[in-house]
Amino acid sequence: MRSVYAVSGGVSKFTKARPDKTFQAVVKEAYDYALLDLALEHRRFLEVVDGSVASYFSDHFSRQLMAGIMVQDYLGLCPKPSHRVEGGGATGGICVQEAWKAVASGYMDVCLAYGFETMSHVATWKGNEFIALASDVSFDYPVGGFYSGYYAMMVTRHMKEFGTTPEQMAHVSVKNHMNALYNPYAQKRERLTVADVRGAPMVAWPLTRLDICVMSDGAAAVILCSEEGLEKLEEAGATINRPLVRVAGIGRGTDAMRMADRPHDNYEEFLSRYLLPHEDTAETRSYYRGLWEEGFRYPGIHSFRAGRMGSKEAYRNAGISDPQQELDFVELHDAYTSSEIQTYEDMGLCRYGEGGVYATSGKAFMPGVDYGLDLPELPRCPVNPSGGLIACGHPVGATGLMQGVFAIWQLQGSIGKHFSDPTLQVAEARRGAIHSHAGTGTYVTVTILEREV
Amino acid sequence: MILATNNKKQTMEESFGGYVLHNVPFPTELDEDALAALKKMGPILIEQPYSVTYLHSFGQDSPFFAGLANGHLLASRDPETGYTYGTPRGHDMATGNETEWVEIPAEGTVHAFTVCHFGSEEFLPECPFVLAQIEFPGVDTLFMARLTGLDPAEASLEWIGMRVKGRFRRLSKFKPTDIYFYPA
Repeated sequence: MRSVYAVSGGVSKFTKARPDKTFQAVVKEAYDYALLDLALEHRRFLEVVDGSVASYFSDHFSRQLMAGIMVQDYLGLCPKPSHRVEGGGATGGICVQEAWKAVASGYMDVCLAYGFETMSHVATWKGNEFIALASDVSFDYPVGGFYSGYYAMMVTRHMKEFGTTPEQMAHVSVKNHMNALYNPYAQKRERLTVADVRGAPMVAWPLTRLDICVMSDGAAAVILCSEEGLEKLEEAGATINRPLVRVAGIGRGTDAMRMADRPHDNYEEFLSRYLLPHEDTAETRSYYRGLWEEGFRYPGIHSFRAGRMGSKEAYRNAGISDPQQELDFVELHDAYTSSEIQTYEDMGLCRYGEGGVYATSGKAFMPGVDYGLDLPELPRCPVNPSGGLIACGHPVGATGLMQGVFAIWQLQGSIGKHFSDPTLQVAEARRGAIHSHAGTGTYVTVTILEREV
Repeated sequence: MILATNNKKQTMEESFGGYVLHNVPFPTELDEDALAALKKMGPILIEQPYSVTYLHSFGQDSPFFAGLANGHLLASRDPETGYTYGTPRGHDMATGNETEWVEIPAEGTVHAFTVCHFGSEEFLPECPFVLAQIEFPGVDTLFMARLTGLDPAEASLEWIGMRVKGRFRRLSKFKPTDIYFYPA
C-alpha cells in the first residue's frame, strides 16, 4: 500500500434545509472550498484528478436515483471514473476509505471523495420513516419503525448493565453543543445545561430531543492523493498546506442488521476476538472477568461490535497500541449522545462499562472551553471538538466526510483559519481518528489520520 | 380565555398542502438587469407525490407469520448446534446450516425497552408506545415486539427483566406485531 495524503477539504454548512440550491450545487460549494484552500483552479485540478467516489445514503429522500453521477457531471468530472458508495450512516466514512483504497492501491494518484444528502424534501416524520426503512422491513420496521427507538433500547440495556445514566448522556450533549459555539460550520451552537437536556421533549425514553442529531441538508468533500499526486497537484499550481496529513490506517467492522440477532458471546470469545492490545493486562482481564460473572455478554445490544472491530483494525494498521495515549482527538458518530458513550468503549478510550463515567470525567472535553460543568479530570483526548453530529447535523452522505475535513484542519493546525476562531484547535494535534457509524452499529468505519512530522 | 405563553419557540405544526399555483411573478421584459436579477430569485418548491404498493414476500420466513396467524410462536434452530434464533432466519450464521423450525412458548422477559413518544409518520398515531426486545428461555437471540399494559409515562429500568407473556392478534395482519407482550 502506498502512502495516502488528505490534502484538502471543504464543507457546505449543514442546515435544516437548502432550498436555494440543488444537491449538485451544494456539493460544488464544498468542492470549491477544497480547491480554494489549495489555491488551485478548477481547470487545472481537472488535469490531475484521476477520479472520484460519491457518497449519499438514500434515494428516497431526493426521489432521484443515480444522484452521484449528477454531481459528477455538475462538477465537470465526466468522463473520469467514479462510483457511489452506500452504507447507511457510515456512508461518508466508507467514501473516505474507498477513496483511500483507490490511491493506496495505485489505481489513482488524486481522488476526490464527495458526499451529500438532501433530507429537507420530506416532512420530518416521513424522513424518520425513510431512515427506518434501513432496518429489516419484515421484522423491525413494522414493530418499531423508528431509529431513535432502536438506539434508546440499546441504551436502556447499557444503563441496566453498567448503571449508565441519562445525566451522563446529557454531559455529551452539553459538551458537543458548547464546542459548536466556536465552530461556524455547526448549526446548533448552544450553551446548555444538563437540566436543559433532560427537560427537552422526550423522543424515545430516555433520549430527549437534545440527545439526538438533526436531519439536515449538506455536502462535504475531501481530496486524497499519493506522493506522485502531491507532485501533480503542485505542478498544476496547488499550494499544498503543510504539515502534510497522512491516512495512517483504516478499519471497518460490521454487525447484523437486526439488533435482535446480535450474539451474546462468552468471556473467552471476547478475549480472543475483541480485546484491544492495551486492554491485555491482568487488571483489565480481571475487570472483564468480573463483568461476565455479573451476566455481561458481548456485544449484546448495548455495545457496537462493528465499532470495536473497526477500531481494532484501524489501530493495528496505524500502529496504535493505546488509543487514549496515542490519539489527540476523535471525531466520532454521535447521532445520539448514548452512542457517543458506547463508542468511547468500542474505541477503547475506556473499557466496556466505563463509558458513562468517562463522559463526565472531563477527558473527552476541550481545554479552554467553559462548559459550566464540574469536571473532575483534565481533558485528555477531546471527542467531537467540532460539536459532532449533535451540533453540526447529520446529512448522512456528507457526515463522515465532514469529520474528515475537520480532522485534516486539526492536524494541519488550521482550525483557526477555517473557523475564524482558534478555540477548537487541539494543541499540537499529531494524530486523530474519525469514526462513522451506520444503523444500530451495522457498518462502522474508523480512519486514523496523522500529521507528518 | 387567553392562554398565556412565554415560550418564544412555540410554533405551529408545519405541513405540506396548499394552493395550486399556475404561474409565478417574472420580469415582463428580460433586459440585462432583469436577467441578472434572476440570480436573486428565491427557489420554487413544488410537491411531488410518490406512492407505491409493494408485493413484499416473507420468503423462507413465511411460516413464522403463518404461525403467528394461528397462535403459534416459531423460532429457528440450527440442527447441529442447537443455537436458536428468537427472530427467524433461514440459515445459521456460524455453521451455515439451514435452520429448522421449532415452537417456543410465548413467554419471556424484557431484555431492553423504550417508550417512543415520536415515530415515523406511519406510527405517529400510535405514540406513545412501548417497544422492547424480548428474550426467551433457551433461545439465543432476541425478538422485537410491542409491550402493552404499562404506563408509558412511568418508564423505568425496573421494566428490564420483567416477565412477559405474548398475546396473538385475533385478526392477523401478517406482521411481527401479530404477537405482542404484556406483563405476566
